[in-house]
Amino acid sequence: MLDKSIEKSPVQLTKEDFASDQMVKWCPGCGGHAILAAVENVFPRIGYKKENFTIISGIGCSSRFPYYVNTYGFHGIHGRASAIASGVKIANPGQSVWVATGDGDSMAIGGNHFIHIIRRNIDVNILLFNNQIYGLTKGQFSPTTPMGQVTKTSPQGTIEHPFITAGLVMGAQGTFFARVPDNNVKLMTEVLYEAAKHDGTSVVEILENCIIFNDKAHADVTSRAKRDENQLILKHGEPMVYGKDNEWGIILKGTGLYAVKIGVGGITEKDILVHDQFNPDPGIHRMLGRMTGPDYPVAMGVIRSARAFTYDDKVEEQIEYAKNNSKVQCVDDLLNSGDTWEI
Amino acid sequence: MAKQKNIVELEDVVVKFVGDSGDGMQLTGTLFSDTAALAGNDLATFPDFPAEIRAPQNTVAGVSGFQVHLGQRKIFTSGDLCDVLVAMNPASLKANLKWAKPGATIIVDESAFEEKFIEKAGYKTNPLEDGSLNNYHMIKAPISVLTKEALANVEIDKKMAEKTKNMFVLGMMYFLFQRNLDKTLDFILKKFQNKPEVVQANQVALKAGYNYAETVEAIVSTIKVGAAPMQKGRYRSITGNIATAWGLLAASERSGRPLFLGSYPITPATEILMELSRHKSLGAKVFQAEDEIAGICSAIGASFSGSMAVTTTSGPGLSLKSEAMGLAVITELPLVIVNVQRAGPSTGMPTKSEQSDLFQALFGRNGEAPMIVIAASSPANCFHYAYMAAKLSMEHMTPVILLTDGHMGFGSELLKIPKVAEMPAINPPLAKPRDPDFKPYRRDAETLARKWAIPGTEGLRHRIGGLEKTNIDGNVSTDPLNHELMVNIREDKVMRVANYIPEQEVMGDDSGDLLVVGWGGTEGMLKSAVGQMQKAGHKVSLAQFNYIMPLPKNTAEVFSRFKRIIVCELNKGQFVNYLRMTLPEFKYLQHNKVQGLPFHVTELTQVFIKLLEEK
Repeated sequence: MLDKSIEKSPVQLTKEDFASDQMVKWCPGCGGHAILAAVENVFPRIGYKKENFTIISGIGCSSRFPYYVNTYGFHGIHGRASAIASGVKIANPGQSVWVATGDGDSMAIGGNHFIHIIRRNIDVNILLFNNQIYGLTKGQFSPTTPMGQVTKTSPQGTIEHPFITAGLVMGAQGTFFARVPDNNVKLMTEVLYEAAKHDGTSVVEILENCIIFNDKAHADVTSRAKRDENQLILKHGEPMVYGKDNEWGIILKGTGLYAVKIGVGGITEKDILVHDQFNPDPGIHRMLGRMTGPDYPVAMGVIRSARAFTYDDKVEEQIEYAKNNSKVQCVDDLLNSGDTWEI
Repeated sequence: MAKQKNIVELEDVVVKFVGDSGDGMQLTGTLFSDTAALAGNDLATFPDFPAEIRAPQNTVAGVSGFQVHLGQRKIFTSGDLCDVLVAMNPASLKANLKWAKPGATIIVDESAFEEKFIEKAGYKTNPLEDGSLNNYHMIKAPISVLTKEALANVEIDKKMAEKTKNMFVLGMMYFLFQRNLDKTLDFILKKFQNKPEVVQANQVALKAGYNYAETVEAIVSTIKVGAAPMQKGRYRSITGNIATAWGLLAASERSGRPLFLGSYPITPATEILMELSRHKSLGAKVFQAEDEIAGICSAIGASFSGSMAVTTTSGPGLSLKSEAMGLAVITELPLVIVNVQRAGPSTGMPTKSEQSDLFQALFGRNGEAPMIVIAASSPANCFHYAYMAAKLSMEHMTPVILLTDGHMGFGSELLKIPKVAEMPAINPPLAKPRDPDFKPYRRDAETLARKWAIPGTEGLRHRIGGLEKTNIDGNVSTDPLNHELMVNIREDKVMRVANYIPEQEVMGDDSGDLLVVGWGGTEGMLKSAVGQMQKAGHKVSLAQFNYIMPLPKNTAEVFSRFKRIIVCELNKGQFVNYLRMTLPEFKYLQHNKVQGLPFHVTELTQVFIKLLEEK
């Protein structure tokens, strides 16, 4: 549900209401442009007053984002966007708070803040631009760079196990996780709307192309030629089918998921798992989040959207309770509380 | 029938209670102090406990102490050496004898001086018997045994009975100081209201101790400390950390900006975090962050969002916050950073006090990143300076570092209770909705403060951040001249705060042979030492600084009227070198100490006298 405590705009806003007068300085062909377009699409649709959006970022190419949208914005320091956004939302729950961050910003230098905002379930929407490389510093490996990839700081290939973003988010007890490719603005807009509706921290991982330092890193999944075979676009309540003619599907067998061809080996549509994004148990969501080629398609769309109370709501509740029940109603009360005496 | 005892009247007395970590010395000392305050004494206290929660029993490492300095005159410090030492076991005696004045009265629990405990404390022979304490007035009482006997008729288990020995010794002290027991009896009743047998045991032990002291021959005289001349008004006792928390709450209330604290627990600053957590009824939002960096970053976010934002820490935490402090400087947002200093570097000595973070506060950031730096100078005035830190930060739209220290944070004093309505007004420069002239970095002509435009306000959408911005418009810029302009403006803005702070005061004549200069937490010790020098006829005055960056406008004028200047601080000379750099026209002598301990008054007067003799 959209947040009732955030004031709605009395008029229907449009994309132009959020257009910034700043020159967008991302490289031509950078995935960032598509993300910007999706955000400009979705903010008017969400319908809050235009003063009620705040965008926070850290450092990196992704983090120039606040300058390119006409909202309240804060460009922070490396890795700290989630921590800054936590303060913004707790202090000012009437704001719809969005974080723009990258794979390095959120999962390397800012890993601690990232897992803790998720654990606390603060109502902030995180746009995670995952290009599997450090772009602004010109091409060093990141925590999501595939094992063995040659980069400027791994001339013989990386020797690190990469993070799977979904696994990290759900490991941190994430209540919302979605994944989208940067070349599907329509899906991205839908998913961002779902993220805005979610009460709590929502993480949207965007498979972003870095045309200069890691071109086609996601091409196996996102390219026009391969996307039908290699993307499973999840829809709540619908069977998990994919392929050009929806001829493939996902089944649960034993303790694992399997990709199967419908009609082969006695598999019928009835055997195919139906997606339940609201399931509080993250078991299937985790397995969906970890699926990767060549044996599996990559899951896209909203993988998980579970209900749980938010930190920011609880803060307000506790303050309300204390105000109604405490003897201390002003600082003079406090100063005169306990042992005092007259001289 | 007890013999009539003599009465010794004293102007001031230092009492120290020491025992094992679990002996309840903090409570005993606090109750003793509260009763003294009620009797009209002025006082200052300081708890002295180990960094470990429960170090091994009966070892020197596990000794916990509580010192109180009370007087019928104004009391500035918790005292140097003690006149009365209460030692509950051999280890505590061993650890604290060096803090007792020659001839001091020492009360010991004789029954705790068993061979194994004596050995554990590191004594070769029993100090009560080997003559090593002949120069003290010893009151040896088998306190544990007497307490057990006194409780023979109270239905209570042995362990609990043993625990009340601190009340027995407190009773003895009340007799020694001729105090009324009512306040403590009442405290016991309230504290254990659901456990009548515990109430009875503690009350019986307290009275038994009092009666025992009256009859025992070792106590030949009682001590009288009369009421101190104090300004009329309502008083309470308060520690520096609590006063800091309350000063911040007062500033929040007076400014109308809700308080947000982002903080991570760290000794000796944690108490501020805990205290503010208790005051949600005043609207305080307290965020216990995942680390020091998140503490300050969440506070910066809250400040951007319109809260009176605070982060609290101690030295190592301040190091972690450095980058974010620079962010607050460049975004020109209000933020109060409280640093309760402790002995460093690194983890150093967490429970010991020092003034060695001054350079870090002044200079510990990348780039040209000036900040207002203020230092509180006593437990009670932490209230005032926390309030002023918040006021200056909001009105001038720039972060402020408030320096206190562990000694001040844990120490307590009497606070004359102020009225919030009588505190100076706080007017944050909030931008008005739909202000057509609003620009993120358009400034007030006098203060150079930009406007605070809070998310949600109509017509004020804007972006700020860690990248350099153009003045007025606030767009990202790497223009060389704009950068220089912004660097200069940020500095000028901080320097102009000098127009809004009081002039530097001098204790004593405003000219003379020697000006003693101090800052922050050394105030009590320096005041006492300079006061003694003045009484003895020396032309010595004291300038104790609370406003460090910027310095009060009359600082050079004050310095110019003295033949010599000596700067005393608990570090290797950080303030003195800041003065050498800021006001290089003067010659500064220095006296420094880095032992994790406060100055002692006698050590200071010796330094000053020697200096005056040198000519």
